[in-house]
Amino acid sequence: MATIVDIATEKALEVKNFEFTYAGADEPNIKKLTMPIAKHSITALIGPSGCGKTTLLRSFNRMHDLYPGNKYDGEILFKEKNILGPKEDLIKLRTQIGMIFQKPTAFPMSIFDNVAYGLRLQGLKNKTELQDRVEKALQDAAIWQEAKERLRHDANGLSGGQQQRLCIARAIAVEPEVLLFDEPTSALDPISTAGIEELVVELRKRVSIIIVTHNMQQAARVSDYTGFMYLGELVELGRTEEIFVTPKERLTEEYITGKFG
Amino acid sequence: MTHTQKRIVTNKIIMVLSTLSAVIGIGFLLWILSVLVINGVDALSATIFLNEGAPPGNENGGLKHALIGQLLLVSYASLFGVPLGILAGTYLSEYGLKSKLAETIRDISDIMMSAPSIVIGAFVYAIVVAPSGQFSGWAGSIALMIIMLPIILRTTDDMLHLVPSTLREAAFALGAPKYKVIIQVVYRGAKAGVLTGVLLGVARVAGETAPLLFTSFNDNFLNTDMSQPMASLTVTMYNYATSPYEDWQKLGWAAAFILSMFILTLNILGRLFLLKKRGK
Amino acid sequence: MSNIIDKVFANAAKFIAIGVLLLVAWIFTVLFEHSLESIEAFGFSFLTETKWAPNLEKFGALPAIYGSVVSTFLAMILAVPLAIGVAIFLSEIAHAKIKTPVGVSIELLAAIPSVIYGMWGLFYFVPIIRDIFGGIGISMLTAGIVLSIMILPFMAAVTRDAMNTTPDILKESAYALGGTKWDVVKDIIIPYAKAGIIGSFILALGRAIGETMAVTFVMGNVHKISADLTQPATSIPVTLANEFAEADSGLYYSSLFELSLLLLVISFTIISIAKFYFLRRKRIGQ
Ligand SMILES: Nc1ncnc2c1ncn2[C@@H]1O[C@H](COP(=O)(O)OP(=O)(O)O)[C@@H](O)[C@H]1O
Ligand SMILES: [Mg+2]
Repeated sequence: MATIVDIATEKALEVKNFEFTYAGADEPNIKKLTMPIAKHSITALIGPSGCGKTTLLRSFNRMHDLYPGNKYDGEILFKEKNILGPKEDLIKLRTQIGMIFQKPTAFPMSIFDNVAYGLRLQGLKNKTELQDRVEKALQDAAIWQEAKERLRHDANGLSGGQQQRLCIARAIAVEPEVLLFDEPTSALDPISTAGIEELVVELRKRVSIIIVTHNMQQAARVSDYTGFMYLGELVELGRTEEIFVTPKERLTEEYITGKFG
Repeated sequence: MTHTQKRIVTNKIIMVLSTLSAVIGIGFLLWILSVLVINGVDALSATIFLNEGAPPGNENGGLKHALIGQLLLVSYASLFGVPLGILAGTYLSEYGLKSKLAETIRDISDIMMSAPSIVIGAFVYAIVVAPSGQFSGWAGSIALMIIMLPIILRTTDDMLHLVPSTLREAAFALGAPKYKVIIQVVYRGAKAGVLTGVLLGVARVAGETAPLLFTSFNDNFLNTDMSQPMASLTVTMYNYATSPYEDWQKLGWAAAFILSMFILTLNILGRLFLLKKRGK
Repeated sequence: MSNIIDKVFANAAKFIAIGVLLLVAWIFTVLFEHSLESIEAFGFSFLTETKWAPNLEKFGALPAIYGSVVSTFLAMILAVPLAIGVAIFLSEIAHAKIKTPVGVSIELLAAIPSVIYGMWGLFYFVPIIRDIFGGIGISMLTAGIVLSIMILPFMAAVTRDAMNTTPDILKESAYALGGTKWDVVKDIIIPYAKAGIIGSFILALGRAIGETMAVTFVMGNVHKISADLTQPATSIPVTLANEFAEADSGLYYSSLFELSLLLLVISFTIISIAKFYFLRRKRIGQ
């Protein structure tokens, strides 16, 4: 069984005996995973490549449903409700749990329309309100200064780091409760990376964050809690200082000291 | 209804419409295929392969003349079109590269691949049929060759381009002259792809009717002399199908069936070659 | 020795490649030369004259041009929505188990010779049109419909290919904001693949306008301009297919050559627009 620290605060999500099997896989890719996710905190998921971090992350917003044949078991509780049920309203779920991807994914439209996209999907038509919410989101994502002069320009004209912040603005514009980050800086240069990290820390005040990273320093820098996964299982979840200084599991220690990876 | 509910309903409607259009599209195509198979198989018999055309009303009419004519027309077209196309494609991929000349040839070939084939028939009529004073197998083969050329040229170009340049460099490093590198290394590496291109090119011209109408014309009897008008499956099919005679129409379906099976087989073979290559 | 072979090989290849260009130039030249008699006789009125009467040595191409335009237009308005529907189905709706077989079948159907579509049209579709609209069933409408069915597989396959170029991660980003499939198709996939999709449609248009056999069976080759789509009509390729082998005078031939040249120029232009404006060639691999 995994070693799991008590989460003092409220929980944003609770994973209980969760299993996930990709279409065609012989055995579950995630096995009997139990894990609380603290509210208004940053939880980092670390572990060697292929251990199931992305797979777990994409279960929180049911991204796997886009492809047929994938199978969930167990429970993921969000607002005291299991989101894995067949009747779950995925559209609503995805507006409440947002996601940022490995690479910037600016839509083929203007900067403004990118950020307004989620709002418009929800039916927001009022021009001034749209304007306000877009501006607010861009400010919160620390890209307003760079973007304000060219809101009507194609978003693909922005640099990689700017685009990633645009994607964050787009995600927070709809005011989600949880934000999922899947290695959001893996395609970025060090300076952009530092900017995104700062932003993530700042966002914690408003949303609960889960961030997958293959970069242990990044996990140490930004997160409050760190979960170490190995071969589809959670090995240890603890306060980040503890995980990196006094891990309870041998496997965790071996991983963070670089004995394998 | 909230905005999101509206979106969900719109989505459902569009998804149903899309699925419906797929069903309609595929329904039509299945209809055509089944018509082809039912009529074709019904008309198929040994006499078709053994006998030449016969006047309407004669039960013993066959398609031997058209089958052999078709074979000759396509074979001669391929005999010249394939090597010429491969050689020209080799120029583009190995010598011309991104030069202006090579790019122009690529562009023009791409356009020619979609250009109306009946116009090629008119051209060949002007340069072969009119001067020689008669329709001929040669004229038909030349028309088919012109249609085939850009297809083979472009696939060869693309397929050779896929061969990693490290392979070429390794051979050059051993001191091989360029033509040897091309023949022994590049062609070998691109074999499956080029073969696929050839099969698709042959399949494409085998189904051509329009450019044969006034080049090889037609003949209701067996003729293997390329300097004379010559029957083909496609033109025979056209003439028989538009005739008022039921037995001719039946033969038309048999010709349609045989031809389609031949072309589908070539296409499937071509795909299998490519798949096998990718599998490696 | 090697050196000489090397030069011979390289030059032979180049010679033939250039030969392809010369061939195309030759085609244009020959068609033009053979059109001269008709051009001199009718001038510009060839394109505007509605009377095509070989027995009177009067040749006006307008009915054929009109037929080409109308039948192609009909084919496009029928085939475009269907092709988009099929492409959406194949790229976004169909289960993987259906996607591949249906996709491959559609590609194979695109390889079936058009003469087969024409034959099917004549024997199975003409009677239906006759039953519904009366008349002989051989008509502009029939030609448009048969043509649309013939270009559908090609159009659907290339539209699907264009749609499939949209990166998954981009689509997922829209789903992650709560988008439905249709939202993703209209807001992400279509804008992203716009150039490719429009290019494929124009390419299909270029092919449809030069298509001969699918329409020759069912159009009637009647040189008359009629607003009634259920009347027989003709198009440039239909006229060529029906009359070329039978033409009996120099002017008649020349008029047919001018029609050929016209058709080649129209197709060349349309296909070039598709190629150069929308479908910039991307080399596969490397
Ligand atoms: N789409 C997929 N289909 C099948 N198996 C997959 C798929 N994506 C990932 N996997 C498998 O699931 C396991 C976990 O992958 P992933 O979650 O991507 O790991 P991580 O993000 O930790 O590197 C791996 O063994 C991987 O091979
Ligand atoms: Mg991952």
